[in-house]
Amino acid sequence: MLEDKDRIFTNLYGLHDWRLEGAKQRGAWNGTADIIRMGPDWIVQQMKDSGLRGRGGAGFPTGLKWSFMPKEIGERPHYLVVNADESEPGTCKDRDILRHDPHLLIEGCLIASYAMNANACYIYLRGEFVDEREHLQAAVNEAYAAGLIGKNACGSGWDFDLYVHHGAGAYICGEETALLESLEGKKGQPRLKPPFPAGAGLYGCPTTVNNVESIAVAPTIIRRGAGWFKGFGRENNAGTKVFCISGHVMRPCNVEEAMSIPLKTLIERHCGGVRGGWDNLKAIIPGGSSVPLLPREICDDVLMDFDALKDVKSGLGTAAVIVMDKSTDIVRAIARISYFYKHESCGQCTPCREGTGWMWRVLERMAEGNSTTQEIDKLLEVSTQIEGHTICALGDAAAWPVQGLIRHFRHEIEERINQYRNDRPLLAMAAAE
Amino acid sequence: MSDLRKIKVNGHEVEVSSNLTLLQACEAAGEEIPRFCYHERLSVAGNCRMCLIEVKGGPPKPVASCAQNVRDLRPGPEGAPPELFTNSPMVKKAREGVMEFLLINHPLDCPICDQGGECDLQDQAMAYGRDGTRYEENKRAVEEKHMGPLIKTIMTRCIQCTRCVRFATEIAGVDDLGLVNRGENAEITSYLEKAIESELTGNLIDICPVGALTSKPYAFNARPWELRKTETIDVMDAVGSNIRVDARDREVLRILPRLHEDVNEEWISDKTRFIWDGLKSQRLDQPYVRKDGKLTPASWNEALSVVAEKLNGTPADKVAAIVGDLVPTEAVKALKDLMVAIGTPHLDCRQDGASLGGGSRESYLFNTTIAGLEQADAILLIGTNPRLEAPMINARIRKSWLDNLSLKIGLIGHQAALNYEYDYLGAGPETLKSITSGEGAFFETLKAAERPAIIIGMGALTRADGAAVMAETARLAAAIGAVKESWNGFNVLHLAASRAGALDLGFLPGEGGRDLAGILDGAQKREIEIVYNLGADEIDGVRFNGAFVVYQGHHGDAGARAADVVFPGAAYTEQSGVYVNTEGRVQMTVRAHFPPGEAREDWAILRALSERVGKTLPYDDLFALRRAMVEDAPVFGRVDHAPGAETALEFDLTKVGVAGSMSDEPFTSSVTDFYFTNPVARASKTMAECSSVMRGAAKLAAE
Repeated sequence: MLEDKDRIFTNLYGLHDWRLEGAKQRGAWNGTADIIRMGPDWIVQQMKDSGLRGRGGAGFPTGLKWSFMPKEIGERPHYLVVNADESEPGTCKDRDILRHDPHLLIEGCLIASYAMNANACYIYLRGEFVDEREHLQAAVNEAYAAGLIGKNACGSGWDFDLYVHHGAGAYICGEETALLESLEGKKGQPRLKPPFPAGAGLYGCPTTVNNVESIAVAPTIIRRGAGWFKGFGRENNAGTKVFCISGHVMRPCNVEEAMSIPLKTLIERHCGGVRGGWDNLKAIIPGGSSVPLLPREICDDVLMDFDALKDVKSGLGTAAVIVMDKSTDIVRAIARISYFYKHESCGQCTPCREGTGWMWRVLERMAEGNSTTQEIDKLLEVSTQIEGHTICALGDAAAWPVQGLIRHFRHEIEERINQYRNDRPLLAMAAAE
Repeated sequence: MSDLRKIKVNGHEVEVSSNLTLLQACEAAGEEIPRFCYHERLSVAGNCRMCLIEVKGGPPKPVASCAQNVRDLRPGPEGAPPELFTNSPMVKKAREGVMEFLLINHPLDCPICDQGGECDLQDQAMAYGRDGTRYEENKRAVEEKHMGPLIKTIMTRCIQCTRCVRFATEIAGVDDLGLVNRGENAEITSYLEKAIESELTGNLIDICPVGALTSKPYAFNARPWELRKTETIDVMDAVGSNIRVDARDREVLRILPRLHEDVNEEWISDKTRFIWDGLKSQRLDQPYVRKDGKLTPASWNEALSVVAEKLNGTPADKVAAIVGDLVPTEAVKALKDLMVAIGTPHLDCRQDGASLGGGSRESYLFNTTIAGLEQADAILLIGTNPRLEAPMINARIRKSWLDNLSLKIGLIGHQAALNYEYDYLGAGPETLKSITSGEGAFFETLKAAERPAIIIGMGALTRADGAAVMAETARLAAAIGAVKESWNGFNVLHLAASRAGALDLGFLPGEGGRDLAGILDGAQKREIEIVYNLGADEIDGVRFNGAFVVYQGHHGDAGARAADVVFPGAAYTEQSGVYVNTEGRVQMTVRAHFPPGEAREDWAILRALSERVGKTLPYDDLFALRRAMVEDAPVFGRVDHAPGAETALEFDLTKVGVAGSMSDEPFTSSVTDFYFTNPVARASKTMAECSSVMRGAAKLAAE
């Protein structure tokens, strides 16, 4: 179990003062200027050494991402954009960082921006986050007033401006290029890649987009050393991570834990276990609604990190663990998730625009049982026709839960179809003919 | 600029420029890539996902070939050329999948869809789609949108490729179209249910790959395979857009653009495209002779006799001839030869009274050439509104303005709404004068420009002081060094399709001859007794006052109303003729169908008349006539060639125009209503509808 001394987010539950004074007492803004004096290359190297992988879902190594930015400022300025458009169902980690530990994020923004030669940083905040925005903005104002950011930030000689931008509440704006479009005032539709944001991002300038958690952990990692951070978790899955556990557990919570903690341990230790005991568990979605679910057998011993979950054909995603016990109508649950992706598809690419609605409609019928067993294969094929055929990953995100459902709970769909037919003898007769 | 790179497409090695997209590279290798959203002249959207191909060594998913460049390809192991596949199982599955998705919400109404037979979706569904549908849910329906009198929408058929949105914003420069809502509720809309305020809207029909945007006037008229297609030239303006006329029997059913990179690229204006119903109404289909003050039908024999008698009984000095805007050069040549044979010097081809011609060819041509505008780094517009006068040239200026951030455009004249930014310099000759004398920032811009272009329009030349304005403009051109080796920045923007050709043939007052004003004046004073009017319809007929007028033309418009004898001629789709566009480019029309009734080809009418007058013209067929034209002016011997700056060094700007005093009247554009500039347009119901809609829109905007 992660010891309290090793926690980065020491005010995750909002029990202490989130303002500057409180944050400083917890260690934020400690020696920031000294870190900056070490120079950008050193900071990037520290991040690389720490083994931090992006906390937004895809798990791309953060240090490596930072190193993609041009080393010198050319004709165009550099930008850091922080993705605080946390909208993935089940995920609520950034939200608690934003409202309870905003100064860690702001400090991280300064360090990351400096490491990438960016004098300006934008935090793109989810539209529905109102309280969070007020806290964050207040914290930014405090930091400005205290000279921690702004001209000559922290006395380091680096000029740094931070802007908080409020989105309008579209899930797709959490996709990094759609976020940039939205930030530019356009309709939030993902861009084609290449060019990647590090080459041409916000307003066509070199830009790095990072998740809130990835940025907020950076100051602590550097203060405590890359080795310390790397000491948690398995090889290639280093560090601590905020897990968001929701659903059928005794005490749903956000908790910071070491990576590679066994899923079962995580739930039993921090959430009081599954409602009705571990045996009452039906399935778990381990990384936010977009990743394929895992049935109980796999949940028994799977580790919570990028590689372990990938090996069982799921993913760590945002580490939003959605626990479903045996009372769950699993088909209906996935149908609901499918509806979400249909609703949030931007409508740009054909497969996602047309396919998400198709999958949802089929799943709605399957939840009733009004379907055929052949249709399950069709549904699976439709999902593979979407996956990997779109500009952004929303298509994949819509397809995976459906694939997970069919992979692990095909029998349940079939049973339901049979039940539906048995209840309707005429239908069975028609099918027999 | 482009380095070549070796790639492998389906195992075959090809060398392509690294600037190409993968789609273009595959095409270069001879592979067909299906696509909907990709269009060479529009920005890349990459959203239809039809052009997916497999790139070896990349991520295990297909790549949108329209959106990636060859230069972004990573080489294989040990520097082996990158490999692309367009026929692998992955690609086949991707295409089938995307096609299935496109079709699930597409109505199965091909039998009643006007796109049928030339529909990208139909063709590609046949080639790349699955055999049947697996979609069992209800299909989506989308509300129709109102897009004005030219475009019919059936938005349920839309596949959201956004080509139309990109065309409107990029090429036409209007923000009237957009994609609203998201996911499966996404739809293309004109936002406010109003007509698209552009003169290029018809092109939306062409670029729409499905039957969502179709032609309203053409709706339910024909199937493409029923139509006889003729590649010809447009005469609605002096650009000479390349068009294809689709006709069935004696009827033109639609007009489409034809690719010509140097003239109209692949667009045409709405007037060019939708004029065709005007070719069917108000036609002169038999000769008329005025009896007891009324035009009464007559036979050719009678009409020709009346005219021949009149001509033979009138002193040559009292005969005059004018040429209109839509006449092929062959007819101009025949008329000139006939008049010269009769012995009259009173000829004029400038029915608007423009001060043009007589000097070197460069003095009345668009010397920069249309394509050359893309190289210009400063453009000055004088007394012209290119958006109304020559939409294709306007589109080219906009293209140049979009591509070249440093291009500066200035305008003297009416402050019109153009679809690019310009510096408004002033209204009239005074401004021109001050710039010529080196005042103002724009003079510096022009002076500093390496390739400046000055475009003078008819609005500045059809005035009493036109010659002086011309001279002043030439002085400015000289002052800024607009004419130099390999660049000629002096441009006259004509409005009439036949003007440049007639000037090349020298259809101008001869020695002691009267120009248009002189002819009109002479008619008033009874010094001119016969006016041979070859298709000039923009002159108020009353002004011929008492003179005997012979009108030869194809529409019953102003010219025919004022005539004593009417010879029915053929329209531009009905005869083969040579036209010279404003660049000096010689192009030929081809007969798409026969003229109605007893109407005949223009040159043949004049040839017949010459026989009656006893001055038989020395050519028996069109080829002999054209040979004679080439002898007169060798330029006619070179088809589809714009001289551009070839002779720039011989061009003497000091000989252009006649220096003199200029009034301070502001310049105005000669075109007030884009949709009514010639007799064909005035006979067209579609044009009338467009005109009233656009006027309404303009009024609304003014409020």
